[in-house]
Amino acid sequence: MNNNLNKIYSKMIRIRMIEQKIASLYGEQEMRCPVHLSIGQEAVATGVCSQLKTNDIVLSAHRAHAHYLAKGGDLKKMLSELYGKENGCVMGKGGSMHLADLVAGFYPAVPIVGSTIPIGVGVALANKMKKNSNITCIFLGDGSTEEGVFHESLDFASLKNLNILFVCENNFYSVYSPMNVRQFEKRSALNLAKSHGLQGSHGDGSSVMEVIKKTKDGIKYIKKNKKPFFLELQTYRFIEHCGPNNDDNLKYRNKNEIDKWLKKDPIKLAENYLSKKNKKFFLDKEKIINKINIEIEKSFNQAKNARFPSSKNLKLHLYG
Amino acid sequence: MDRNIDCAKAINEATEQCMKKYKNVFIFGLGVPDPKGIFGTTTGLQKKFGNQRVFDMPLAENGMTGVAVGAALNGFRPIITHQRIEFALLSMEQIINQAAKWNYMTAGKQNVPLVIRMIVGKGWGQGPQHSQNLESLFAHIPGLKVVMPFSPKDSKGLLISSIEDNNPVIFIEHRWLHSIKQQVPKSYYKIKIGTGRVACQGKDISLISYSYGIFECLKASKILKEKFNISAEVIDLRTIRPLDKNIILKSVKKTKRILAVDNSWKSFGVSAEIISIITDNLKTKDIKKIARIGNVEVPCPSTRALAKDFYCNYITIVNKVLNMMDSKKKYIKKNNLYDDVPDKSFKGPF
Repeated sequence: MNNNLNKIYSKMIRIRMIEQKIASLYGEQEMRCPVHLSIGQEAVATGVCSQLKTNDIVLSAHRAHAHYLAKGGDLKKMLSELYGKENGCVMGKGGSMHLADLVAGFYPAVPIVGSTIPIGVGVALANKMKKNSNITCIFLGDGSTEEGVFHESLDFASLKNLNILFVCENNFYSVYSPMNVRQFEKRSALNLAKSHGLQGSHGDGSSVMEVIKKTKDGIKYIKKNKKPFFLELQTYRFIEHCGPNNDDNLKYRNKNEIDKWLKKDPIKLAENYLSKKNKKFFLDKEKIINKINIEIEKSFNQAKNARFPSSKNLKLHLYG
Repeated sequence: MDRNIDCAKAINEATEQCMKKYKNVFIFGLGVPDPKGIFGTTTGLQKKFGNQRVFDMPLAENGMTGVAVGAALNGFRPIITHQRIEFALLSMEQIINQAAKWNYMTAGKQNVPLVIRMIVGKGWGQGPQHSQNLESLFAHIPGLKVVMPFSPKDSKGLLISSIEDNNPVIFIEHRWLHSIKQQVPKSYYKIKIGTGRVACQGKDISLISYSYGIFECLKASKILKEKFNISAEVIDLRTIRPLDKNIILKSVKKTKRILAVDNSWKSFGVSAEIISIITDNLKTKDIKKIARIGNVEVPCPSTRALAKDFYCNYITIVNKVLNMMDSKKKYIKKNNLYDDVPDKSFKGPF
């Protein structure tokens, strides 16, 4: 377990460091696409994906970096995509909001809230028709539970008994709009899922241990019952909705709330846990960080130096 | 072997033959397996292929279109049906943002082989929300193909091509064409998407249209020939995206007079596109007269008393042609035609 958790910790801190590097270089204006960074939400992506196999398919939305990386998406291709380069994961045609790595089982992400939910259901329906028992994991945000398509999809997933793990990352805000202007007080995404016939659970998305446990239980349920499962995890984004900056000066989030979540920084929580188990943890951490720094340096350099797609690519790929 | 069958049967047969040939084709839509079977176009399919491949759906057009997109990405060729095109408007997000973009935004890594059948209604007082011709909404979008056949033979061949196509195809049927009959081959055959056909040869003027418009154009061309000795060529575009530029230009070079007959409102529509293609590609001296005709720019009212003046029909076409041929004659001065019941060959329901 410790060894395994070390690996999971490495993945989390790798995502954090990559996102921080994107934030620090964003001002150069070479990554010219909107970026919705995952800083603060790494435990959900990493914990959930640690329980999935390569052939299990993951779908995500606008804030997809952590999901892509946690599922094993190629870092170089991701960064090249952000830089708009020919060797990007979708040749510069999608940017940050359309990351895809089919080899890793990460389907193309899209930024229209809720849109990948039914698409994921369709992927799972196809699996069922092929008698393939792989899991389809659909990451969605609290905002998407307000979309009609969320309800349409859950109903159909339930009706057809599909092997789907729905993971609702509740970070309490849709851009700047808090819950209380969007949802009535006692509304619960999990209860809504239950009324669509799904089983589910909820937990603290800051604790990667908790995420892993809840995911394991969910997958066990799906495999045993051949039915979808809904997992709601509370989490928090540490910086602005879209872009590289901290925007706490705008005061749309209460200071107490921010402090509460910063104290529960998923990286710190994992470090506390691991350092109690392993006295040499901080030595190990240094090694991990050094290794990741080298990888990040190399990956950004190759992305910066890669070629832009030539003009002939504009008209390519319209039809398949 | 050819048999005399109607469009509904031709569409049913195309679906059945594709489902036999390809195990990854499946079809769903509200009422697909019900006793009426989408006006007969899906009757008997569930019995032949089972409820895994032929099924009804929840009233969740956008969600179910997303489901079809997802299944298409994962190895299948789904067909969705909408008994009226208006219901597909609930799924515009999935069609325009997702299905139409997917191949491009993934740089060709994933494509979406998907057919969405939509049926246009007309008459019997169906009114503002059951009789719209919304083809140009879809044809505007790069990444989609829009197929609009007139004849049973074309309906079968084009539906097979649409199902075999690796892209999202919007297959628009006109309800009044379902009962039109023609000799149709029993065999599995394809008609290439993006190719028009000459529905009727002529030398004085080109009437360019598609889908139900061809019915009115053919009727008009017969009257023009018999009563006014005007030889009108009728071009059936069959698909509007991609549009068969060559067949349009070839006909125009011959007749030098063009009337683009829209099934819908003229503004921003297919007839506008046809005229742009002509003016972009031909010199002014090659064009003697160019015009378009379409429906009145209001929603279609329910009452037959008003609907009769809403639609462009063979009478308006004939009179427009006479005007374009500088004839002083008028075919029928006043339109007394009640446009709310189709040709006698049509058998309801609407």
